[in-house]
Amino acid sequence: MANKFFGKAMKRVEDPRFITGTGNYTDDMSLPGMAEAAMVRSPYAHAHIKKIDASRALTYPGVLAVITGQEMKDAGINGIPTGWLHPGIKTPPHYAITIDKARHVGDIVAAVIAESRQIAEDAAQLVEVDYEPLPAVALGSDALKPGAPAVHDDVPDNVCFTWSIGDKAAVDAAFASAYKTVKLNLRNNRLVPNAMEPRASLAQYLKASDEYTLWTTSQNPHIHRLLIAAFIMGIPEHKLRVIAPDVGGGFGSKIYQYPEEIIVLYAAKKLNRPVKWTARRSESFVTDSHGRDHETVAEMAVDQNGKITAVRVDTIANMGAYLTTFAPAVPTYLYGCLLAGTYTTPHIYCHVTAPFTHTTPVDAYRGAGRPEATYLLERLVDVMAHELGMDPVEFRRKNLIPPDAFPYQTPVALQYDSGNYEANLDKALEMVGYQDLRRQQAELRKQGRYIGIGAITFIEACGLAPSALVGSLGAQAGQWESALVRVMPTGKVEVFTGTHSHGQGHETAFAQVVADELQIPVEDVVLVHGDTGRMPYGWGSYGSRSAPTGLSAIVLATRKITDKAKKIAAHLLEASPDDIVHEDGKFMVKGVPDKAKTFFDIALMAHLAHNYPADLEPGLEATHFYDPKNFVYPFGTHIAVVEVDPDTGKVKLLRYLSVDDCGPVINPLIADGQVHGGIAQGLGQALLEEAVYDKEGQILSGNFLEYTLPRADDMVQIEHDHTVTPCPHNPLGIKGIGEAGTIASTAAVANAVMDALRPFGIVHLDMPYTPEKVWRAIHGSRLAQAAD
Amino acid sequence: MYTSEFAYKKANSVAEALSLLQQHPDAKLLAGGHSLIPTMKLRLAAPSALIDISKVAELRGVRKENDTLVIGAMTTYHELETSNLLKAHCPLLPQAVYLIGDPMVRAKGTIGGSLAHADPAADLPASMLALGAKIKAQGPNGTRVIEADDFFTGMFSTALQEGEILTEIHIPILEGAKMAYAKFPHPASRYAVVGVAVVVDGGNVRAAVTGAGEHAMRLGKLEQALSGQPLTTANIAAACQGLLSPGNLNHDLAASREYRAHLVDVMAKRALMQAAGL
Repeated sequence: MANKFFGKAMKRVEDPRFITGTGNYTDDMSLPGMAEAAMVRSPYAHAHIKKIDASRALTYPGVLAVITGQEMKDAGINGIPTGWLHPGIKTPPHYAITIDKARHVGDIVAAVIAESRQIAEDAAQLVEVDYEPLPAVALGSDALKPGAPAVHDDVPDNVCFTWSIGDKAAVDAAFASAYKTVKLNLRNNRLVPNAMEPRASLAQYLKASDEYTLWTTSQNPHIHRLLIAAFIMGIPEHKLRVIAPDVGGGFGSKIYQYPEEIIVLYAAKKLNRPVKWTARRSESFVTDSHGRDHETVAEMAVDQNGKITAVRVDTIANMGAYLTTFAPAVPTYLYGCLLAGTYTTPHIYCHVTAPFTHTTPVDAYRGAGRPEATYLLERLVDVMAHELGMDPVEFRRKNLIPPDAFPYQTPVALQYDSGNYEANLDKALEMVGYQDLRRQQAELRKQGRYIGIGAITFIEACGLAPSALVGSLGAQAGQWESALVRVMPTGKVEVFTGTHSHGQGHETAFAQVVADELQIPVEDVVLVHGDTGRMPYGWGSYGSRSAPTGLSAIVLATRKITDKAKKIAAHLLEASPDDIVHEDGKFMVKGVPDKAKTFFDIALMAHLAHNYPADLEPGLEATHFYDPKNFVYPFGTHIAVVEVDPDTGKVKLLRYLSVDDCGPVINPLIADGQVHGGIAQGLGQALLEEAVYDKEGQILSGNFLEYTLPRADDMVQIEHDHTVTPCPHNPLGIKGIGEAGTIASTAAVANAVMDALRPFGIVHLDMPYTPEKVWRAIHGSRLAQAAD
Repeated sequence: MYTSEFAYKKANSVAEALSLLQQHPDAKLLAGGHSLIPTMKLRLAAPSALIDISKVAELRGVRKENDTLVIGAMTTYHELETSNLLKAHCPLLPQAVYLIGDPMVRAKGTIGGSLAHADPAADLPASMLALGAKIKAQGPNGTRVIEADDFFTGMFSTALQEGEILTEIHIPILEGAKMAYAKFPHPASRYAVVGVAVVVDGGNVRAAVTGAGEHAMRLGKLEQALSGQPLTTANIAAACQGLLSPGNLNHDLAASREYRAHLVDVMAKRALMQAAGL
């Protein structure tokens, strides 16, 4: 098959509507008779709710209802479940509106529904809540201390679950006989996802048919429908339609079932009117599930030859106040299983303790577990290399899994299907001019300038995933994906996917692949997603699964179309289907180019069925459900070069280079864009971003005046290229690229900053490397040197 | 983000604005709105009315009157940044203004709005003090002129009185003076964690800092140390040490008192080096 569109940097078909403000986001929608909601949220991290007096709010003109948690519970609405269970996990109830206690700042205490959002917001200020503030705990390790305030009464020690993987005895033995060991205490800073579009939900209830429709900012509308129908509200699944229209960024934060969606559905039925809610940005900061927040002790052991013999990790992973949909999977299977990285480490052990705290829930955020694993592993590698007096790149090279070792079984469950790490590393080193960079660094140090180089290798496991495998690990969901390809009588094609695009450009990239498969113009293909009323069941988009899993389903459905088209062509051309070839956009008899039918001819005849094979169904559409055989394993090398201003502590990024391997690239423009955005987010974690809580559980960086997102001037022009190692087990050999930038760049930038600070004798600082933190470290080091 | 309810009045002249202020005692004047509107959306302010003076023609523009530059209070940052008069006679202001916010902020924000709001981290107050500006205010009882040194009285507070409108800023033209502004921006808000403006007019050095304390202030120790001295690297470095004691300085997530005090020294040094062309 000749690829006409695959690999081509086509501009995104989505962009004209996004750039000109004509997208259709949930908050853009308005329905006749629509009411709007405002939430009354706890200002305390932990408090008894002694009394709620809504009488003043209810008399405010235009207020329709004030809803409490007790009212919803009495109406039979259940709590919100989590979607991943570990043995022994504690799952205390998570009601949409809390009933007895507020457990984090922003926990919903009551909902006001009114004729307009303005009225609802005004009236929300009139709901009088009698709080009895209680002691709170924000840091995971603090929550585990004896006597710490319990977040949930039925989990007095705050331990949601513990989890471990690996052979502890073998790891301990390897450490006991190690040539050298290093140990780091690391904090992986908590992040706020900050999607550009705040969350929003609009619910409609049709009394006559007893049907609900929910428009919501979701990465996976079918998961919402399933959770709401089967677990939370008891709505028959076929009576609830969930639509995720244009969605402005998710990064994981729009996977989860949130309270507000339940509240607007409940209110829509109660009032028999559509009800909408859209988050204010200050609500987003305290209610969109956060990311990361680990406290870790990480250790590495090597032998005399500089080979890594063992890695040992003990992590406290803060879950926040409640478990959201994927929270238990993130610091466990998406983290501990990634600790081999690109290396041949024979023994790995990881233990995780996951406490509840009085903070916003923590769940998957771009990369989800894999950035945390990559960060600690690559920090250990750099520190160990320094300990051994080796160049960090050469230490890595010595430990890389060689290309002939695949499939490679790691000691932490995963079996890597393919990889060629050293070639990828070499390409990046050559592009960046590594040896020259090291020479420049040495020169500049003589001039009092502090340049740092962070060169890291990484892998990720994505493309979730074999259903039976994730089911055995605790997932309460399948992870296959669906596709429906529908050819219309005029030869135009609708492709329905269970994945969801909220910035990834699926409408463009997937159409390119389908157009090539069917050999038709790319404009003739339209992608439909995000509507349980139109698509077959699907599990949505996260974990870089849309291309490897969702698009694989589409390709296999498309091939069913081609096979059927050949049969129709054979009938029309009076030939055997085996003699029909599909070339140059035509179905023709092999060797007889004059005897040919176009895709349009076939599509029309499939619908007319006038002159048609007797044993063939009319119509031209196909469905495929694809369950992958394994994860996919993208990898790469990222190199960051930074300069530290020793007078202010400010870190400036000078260069950033990445060589990614996501297999064959469908659309380089989109893939590069994914990498660029991911790198910016990862750099944000390393240098700028942190959700800071005080001891009372108040967030101190809960707005854009304090919480630093990366901006254009924090970035540089990224140097970027690919190597291509196809995945051996899916039809196109493709791997995910959505998270790679974030997974790699935090570690690369962190190592670069630490490399720059080496002359000061600084071994480790926790992220983010804010100017004051860096200045204090330098200042402290200078004072110590002066004292010597 | 939803404000409390308020009335909106558009004034076409200073006289009309003064009259509207009399009629609406809880009103606030609306200039560029970049500080006021977010405060209202967070419901930290709930004025009964906004009196929009941003389009009052007599409050806009830069002009030269003899040896003084007169800047209308509603002149936008963008207009200051691109003013040929300022570039020729007071390059400090275009340089400092360029470091404020982003192009969208500079298109809306005004010099008078910023000075009257007196955010302790705003950029321009330092330049006003270093330049020895005079601030003209008009009230129901007439017009008065306030020295910049007397204008900033505390965090978000100024010498302006109830019912007064800041109308003009008068800046003395110091031909040949060397001037510069060095800023360490807050990584998130891009306000000044510390910003130091210096004006070296012959042997006379004036320097002021914003972001460090409750309001912008002169750096007297630095002025004394350097006035009458040649602006050499060594003199500058020697003078820019321990300019402010940390005890009374602002502190927040971005900068402790101690770090802020250190940044004052570093930014003062950088401003002076830039002004001196070193």
